[in-house]
Amino acid sequence: MNAVETNDLGKRYGNAWALRECTLAIPAGHVAALVGPNGAGKSTLLNLVVGLAAPSAGIVTVLDGQPAGSAAALDGVAFVAQDAPLYKNLTASEMLHLTRNLNRNFDEGYAKGRLRELGIPLDRKAGKLSGGQQSQLALSLALARRPQLLVLDEPMAMLDPLARHDFMATVMAAIADHGLSVVLSSHVLTELERVADYLVLISHGNVQVAGVVDDLLARHRVLTGPAVEADSYAERLNLVHAQRGEAQAHMLVRIDARTGPVPPGWETHPVSLEELTLAYLREPDAAWLPGPGRALRLEPTEVAN
Amino acid sequence: MAWVTWRQHRVALAGVVALFGAAAAYLLVTGLPIHDAYAAVAGCRPTGSDLCNKVVNDFLRTYAPGVGVTFGLLQAIPALIGAFAGAPLLAREFETGTFRYAWTQGFGRTRWTVAKLVPLAVAVTIASAAFSLLVSWYVQPIIDAGDNNGPLYPTLFDLSGVALAAWTLAALAIGLFAGILVRRVVPAMFATIASWAALAFVTGAFLRAHYLAPVVTSNTNIPTGAWIINQGWFKGGNPASLDLINQTFAPVDVRALTPDLFQPGPATPANLGDPVQYLIQHGLTHWTTYQPAGRFWTFQWIEGGWLIALSLILIAATVWLVRRRAA
Repeated sequence: MNAVETNDLGKRYGNAWALRECTLAIPAGHVAALVGPNGAGKSTLLNLVVGLAAPSAGIVTVLDGQPAGSAAALDGVAFVAQDAPLYKNLTASEMLHLTRNLNRNFDEGYAKGRLRELGIPLDRKAGKLSGGQQSQLALSLALARRPQLLVLDEPMAMLDPLARHDFMATVMAAIADHGLSVVLSSHVLTELERVADYLVLISHGNVQVAGVVDDLLARHRVLTGPAVEADSYAERLNLVHAQRGEAQAHMLVRIDARTGPVPPGWETHPVSLEELTLAYLREPDAAWLPGPGRALRLEPTEVAN
Repeated sequence: MAWVTWRQHRVALAGVVALFGAAAAYLLVTGLPIHDAYAAVAGCRPTGSDLCNKVVNDFLRTYAPGVGVTFGLLQAIPALIGAFAGAPLLAREFETGTFRYAWTQGFGRTRWTVAKLVPLAVAVTIASAAFSLLVSWYVQPIIDAGDNNGPLYPTLFDLSGVALAAWTLAALAIGLFAGILVRRVVPAMFATIASWAALAFVTGAFLRAHYLAPVVTSNTNIPTGAWIINQGWFKGGNPASLDLINQTFAPVDVRALTPDLFQPGPATPANLGDPVQYLIQHGLTHWTTYQPAGRFWTFQWIEGGWLIALSLILIAATVWLVRRRAA
């Protein structure tokens, strides 16, 4: 089952396309990280997934084909927007009451237990809580709905490192306990590396990378070697991005069955998610997409997997 | 959802009740003395005598101006309700971003909007209908005493009968619609007040006079309580200027200070009689365009009808915009 499926999805505001030709299939049971620079279209994509925005082109469905924003989708999808919107003049317990009244399933015991563990007082107005507490409250409300898909838009922007850790720990616990799918957008790559098992990289309104993280990391390597030789090998290897210094060059390459051995004098290292993301962001024409997709810039006859 | 609506909008609802409550208290406090004073006027015998006419005129001169001022102030009530209860309902959700929470809950945005709109509209309509009953009680002595400003007079008409409830509902509907269009609270409130005031002005100044074809008469005796829309002297089908009136009066030395105010001079003959009749005998006609007081309820239903239709259209448009309004 796919948690999120889009087909040629696009969204236009006025004459500017915030997102276009977005074709994704995010499998269920994964934590999918949506990564990209500011203004890339991450929030737009998330708004389309949860039904807050309507597509200008293409379609988006969730939870095995339910149209985004439909009644079935609203039941099964919980969303926490950027800045964790809450009604500032309602207390935490009133927010619980509100969320309970607005949803079919609501595990109030779980929500209260979480808030107690986190030390969030139930009778304080939401506007008087700290930024981290507000984020945790919003997340608790979303999790207590027992959704099948949890969508989070930059949930950790307002949190200090400790709070971020707690936040992700809560999400991971919920996944372990209830088999939830998560789609979250973030700038903070290092945090995501530990939890994300599916990566979607968006840049300038286009999806550049979409795939299982383990797969991605297994199929990319960094080759380090003398800068003067870099160009000759670049043609032979599946190069994504090369970083050239005076003496040394680092090349991020994709490896497949046809890739030969490492050239002499060169070293190979595994790549981190952050390095991989940065490399693709620096090469807007490079792509890694499941199924037929656009060709890599340097190998026009070879189709990206 | 009833708890949700109550908890989120209890301030707005309390405000509506407080506003009408304060106005009602004021009407009661100032209205009881008026009713007491009128009891004496109504009991004056013989009716129609000079003495009793003077009693009536004294009563009107004492109390009618205050009632007029009160009604002028009360005109603001529907606009205030539209601005403070209607505009923020949706505008605040956009301003604070809480629509991103509210519209992604299982309940769905359409049901959520309707479940808030309907109780608010019903509460506001009932409160304003009850208040207009009090207004009718308040003004009854003035009307019974035969004040020239009858029940169709603009500032009284839209506070009585069904008009007040219809205007208040319309203000609420304008507020809700402004809220979803403008999506910021304070600008939506201003837009609401401005639109409502413009609509009320156009209705009172132009529209209402023509719900039914006005009565046009050359009789100088106009029925009591009629709403006079136009009045003036004409000669041969054209309006007569003040100069022309004065020229006509020249032989009898009467001066027309205004088309209604005539001042006899030293050379005026003693047996002149009514200067008005003199003008009529000398080729001028006095045309009055008016709406008779008896048409009050007809006009109330006409005005109430189109205002309610407008309100329903605006509310439907608001819900439609909620359904398609994107992030």
